Amino acid sequence: MNKTALHNAHINLGAKMVNFSDWEMPISYTSLIEEHHAVRNGAGIFDVSHMSVFDFNGGDQVAFFERIFANDIKKISNDNKAIYGALLNEKGGILDDLIIYHAGDKFRLVSNCSTREQNRQWYEKHAVEFGVEVVERSDMGILAIQGPDAFNKILSIKEMNPQVKNLPSFGCMFDGDKLYARTGYTGEDGLELIVPSRDISQLWDQALSLGCVPIGLGARDTLRLEAGLNLYGNDMTIDNHPYESNLGWTIDMTDQNRQFIGKEALLSIDQTKSQKIVGIILRDKGVLRAGYEINHDRGKGLVLSGSYSPTLQSSIGLARVDQGYPKHGKVMIRNKVLNIDFVSPRFLERGKISK
Amino acid sequence: MNDVPADLKFLSSHEWARVESDGTITIGISDHAQDLLGDIVFVELPEVGQLVDAESDAAIVESVKAASDVYSPLSGEVIEVNSLLEDQPEIINSSPYEDGWFYKLNPSDMGEFDNLLSPEDYIDVCED
Repeated sequence: MNKTALHNAHINLGAKMVNFSDWEMPISYTSLIEEHHAVRNGAGIFDVSHMSVFDFNGGDQVAFFERIFANDIKKISNDNKAIYGALLNEKGGILDDLIIYHAGDKFRLVSNCSTREQNRQWYEKHAVEFGVEVVERSDMGILAIQGPDAFNKILSIKEMNPQVKNLPSFGCMFDGDKLYARTGYTGEDGLELIVPSRDISQLWDQALSLGCVPIGLGARDTLRLEAGLNLYGNDMTIDNHPYESNLGWTIDMTDQNRQFIGKEALLSIDQTKSQKIVGIILRDKGVLRAGYEINHDRGKGLVLSGSYSPTLQSSIGLARVDQGYPKHGKVMIRNKVLNIDFVSPRFLERGKISK
Repeated sequence: MNDVPADLKFLSSHEWARVESDGTITIGISDHAQDLLGDIVFVELPEVGQLVDAESDAAIVESVKAASDVYSPLSGEVIEVNSLLEDQPEIINSSPYEDGWFYKLNPSDMGEFDNLLSPEDYIDVCED
């Protein structure tokens, strides 16, 4: 099994370790709920070094990304920013969701762990035509420091480049081979540090000594769910197109001359008939889980992700449902019919419960 | 793991049973089980009057991460459920052997109690 550079640190903190796509990762250190609140109310630090990091050399990288990425790379290619979007196959199926960072004259890409091999082959296959070399950075690790107090802690880290405080949301900068980006997967302010693995331990230890709370993948999941952020493999797979996966906003066809992979297939989809991902809140006691069936007055659906929300103190989920859903619906849990409300998937806005 | 109460007996699936002075049986899940599950947020208990069979599912416990079946160590009729768990399921995390009990039953076959694992044998199962 693969281990991150912080494996011993996790063990020494008493973390419960689980197999996550063949990586031995911390699921929680103390209590998942306490870790969740630590991020909402203060600052938490995550080791997410299992995710895949790619750099690119030479060739026409802008044209390469214009071709393989469904969002338009030109939004950031003259800026120091990150952009979120999907990698599609020719049928418009989602191969993965990812973030591409651009700062100075360099691109760096971070995508999911379970899709590493598929993506590397996909990038390499399509990079040839643009003369681009794909470099997998398995020597990189990733830390995320997230929460309302995250930036105070970050700026107290000795090695930290003080210019990070000027980064806007989704802004990023290189400091040598280190990339700092004001991005995250929690719905909170914070920084992601994509840095050489040899530098990780020192950053981690300092962040902990400054009061950042170590957070496992368990709370990472409840945090992202409250923020309405999709999880690849749960909320969308290769069998889903972006319009039925809440990713329509990342499909950029403004530049009519841009021929990205999957575009033709997407043009043939009638968006008015597509299912949609919606947020659901359980109004009875219980816990929503993936796979539960949903019914509403005008159709049906399926729970994609479900859990207990420590902030809302009730069960929430993401579901893919037929369009025309009213405010209320039903979910089947172990042969019982329970009540749900359909809401925006963004249960929280900047850590506060959405109205 | 070493402070498992000596008067309990166990299923290898982590449920415990205790014989009370009036001959009824109290049932719950072990400290090891609550630790594996993590923060418990919901419990579905059997109905009072319901007949349960040994080693068949009688309750459901849900942590933030997942739902798990709870198997009855003994057969019998459910005579009481722990209604505290409805609003404070986290009691199972803090007091798995006392306040966090699940239900009580009138056993139909006390021979089943003798077949359960002793605390020592249960600890061995957990350490395997």
